[in-house]
Order: sequence, then structure tokens, then C-alpha cells
Amino acid sequence: MNQQEALYQYTLRLGDNALILGHRLSEWTSKAPLLEEDLALGNLALDLLGQANSLLEYAGKTEGKGRSQDDLAYKRAEREFLNNLLVELPNGDFGFTIVRQFLYSTFALFLYEELSKSKDEQIAAIAAKSLKEIKYHVRHSSDWMLRLGDGTEESHNRVQKSLNDIWMYTGELFEMNEVDAILIKAGIAADLNAIKQKWSSKIEEVLSQATLKRPQDAFMQTGSRKGIHTEYLGFILAEMQYLPRAYPTAKW
Amino acid sequence: MSNAKDNQGTLWEVFIQSKSGLPYKHAGSLHASDKELAIQAARDTYTRRNEGTSIWVVPAECIVASNPNDQEELFDPMNDKVYRHPTFYVMPEGAKHI
Repeated sequence: MNQQEALYQYTLRLGDNALILGHRLSEWTSKAPLLEEDLALGNLALDLLGQANSLLEYAGKTEGKGRSQDDLAYKRAEREFLNNLLVELPNGDFGFTIVRQFLYSTFALFLYEELSKSKDEQIAAIAAKSLKEIKYHVRHSSDWMLRLGDGTEESHNRVQKSLNDIWMYTGELFEMNEVDAILIKAGIAADLNAIKQKWSSKIEEVLSQATLKRPQDAFMQTGSRKGIHTEYLGFILAEMQYLPRAYPTAKW
Repeated sequence: MSNAKDNQGTLWEVFIQSKSGLPYKHAGSLHASDKELAIQAARDTYTRRNEGTSIWVVPAECIVASNPNDQEELFDPMNDKVYRHPTFYVMPEGAKHI
């Protein structure tokens, strides 16, 4: 694998995470527990969609086969997506969505902080721009973690259960392969071992404030680096890709 | 109105400053359980299209309002005092925000 191929895959990873999580959050539209939260989740979804747009555009350019961000979003099959399993998990209840968001956004915060110093100028620029949005996502989801965790018995039990259920999807965020090795050497990518330490201590800090227990690291799911996904991704793509696949020349 | 029961938290009034130095303007209201979430909800509800640079949120019950029935005694006496309006001056050329 050469550096260009590695950069293509790396940018896809970042872009697919933003795209799929953005799609998941958009599913809350009109269904959130509060009108205000409906708008908030919609805002987060749009932020992520914007990030996906920049990242997939850059991935297409890096690949050099003339594919646009739309081609990459709408015309790839499930096995070609490199997003983490965490972001494709169904929304569950509001607490589940908040836990998923909190775990992902905290990861993205530390990752993008590093990437804003990347030697690849485009990655650095996208990371710096996204970071402002991600800081808000961390704040919003952490504030909800505190309120739900340290709220009523019902809300506490629900987020604790969500946390326990989601935990086995967090190990995969930090997996590294040949792509990372090549790009870390080139000063482009971030070392995910270092990110993991920062992530762990931030997660522990918020969880203890929220009176929640950090689950034990046990069996961890894996697969996305090879394009192997949960059963849920196919359904997301079926909905997301239906229109451009059925009407390839549609414009709106 | 205060008897209306809902589970959406306190009612907050939102004031947005569009540019530093300009007055805060009432933008609308929202529900939130506490002040941090109220600020975030205000940001997400009322500044999505770049409307502001600063936000105030105030619990609606903390706002003391004049009684609409008192309108006559409070405001009508101002009707016939045209000399209170600064309309007898020539506007300086180039003056803004007047």
C-alpha cells in the first residue's frame, strides 16, 4: 500500500464516521423528547454532514478516479464503508443516543486536535474547522450525561444500561493497521494509542461526575477497518442511497 | 398560563445580541431544565442562521411585566407631548443608528 492509498482509506474512515452518525442523528428529527432537543440533534447531524462532505470530497480527490463526495456516499456498498461500528448502532432511547454521541464526540475531539496539526494541509484544515463543532458536541452530550446519570433513578438506570451495551463497540475506535503505520510515519495521522489515554481519562471524569460506572473492558467488537459491519449498516444505506440509486440523474 | 402542566422544564426567555455593542433583543422563548441547557437550547434554536454573537436567557417568571389594563395611565399621557421627540433637530450627515 502506498501513501496515497493509505490517505484515501484514512479520509474515508473519518468521512464515513461523520456521514453515518449524521444520518443516525437525522432520524431523530420530529421525534426527540423536546422540541429544543429536536433542533439540537438536527444541528449536530448537519455539522456532521458538513464534515462528511469535506472529508469525502477530499477522499475522492486523493483516490484520483474522479469520484465526487456524492459518488462515495451514495454509490459504495456496505463492505466499502470504513466507519466504526459504534456510529451505526440504532438510536435506541434518548439516553442511548446521548451515550453514543458522548463516546464518539470525545474520541473525535482528541483525534481532531491532533489532526489539526497534521502535515497534510487539507486534513489539518478540515480538522481545525470541525473542531469548533465537535467541542460543542462534547459539551452538549456531556451535559446530558450528567443530567441523565445524576438525574432520576429511571434516567440513571437507562444511561447505565446503554453505556454497558455500547461499551464493547469502543475498543474498535482505537484499532490501527497498515494505513495508520504509513500515515503516522509521514506525520499525517494521529497515534490512536495516545488518543485512547486522553479519551479514557475524559470519559472517566464525566462518568464519575454523572454517578455512572465505567464498564469493564471485556470482549470488544471489531470489523470496520476491513469493512465488516453490524447488521444495521445495510439498512441505513438502503434508506440513504435509495433515491440516488433509483434516480441517478435526480437534482434538488 | 402558569397553571399549564408540562414536563418540559422551566420556561426561559431568550435575548440575542446580533453584534457586539448593539442591544440584546428578545428572540423568543424555550423550555429547558436548567441554565446551561437553556443557553445551549437558545443557541440551537435561535442562532442557527448566524443571528447572534451573544445570548442571555432569563427565567420567564423573573420578568416583571406591566399590566395591559394599565395602558391608559402608563402610556397615554405621552401622546400629546410632541416636544419630547427629537424631531426639531437637523440630522447630522452620516450619523448612523439614530
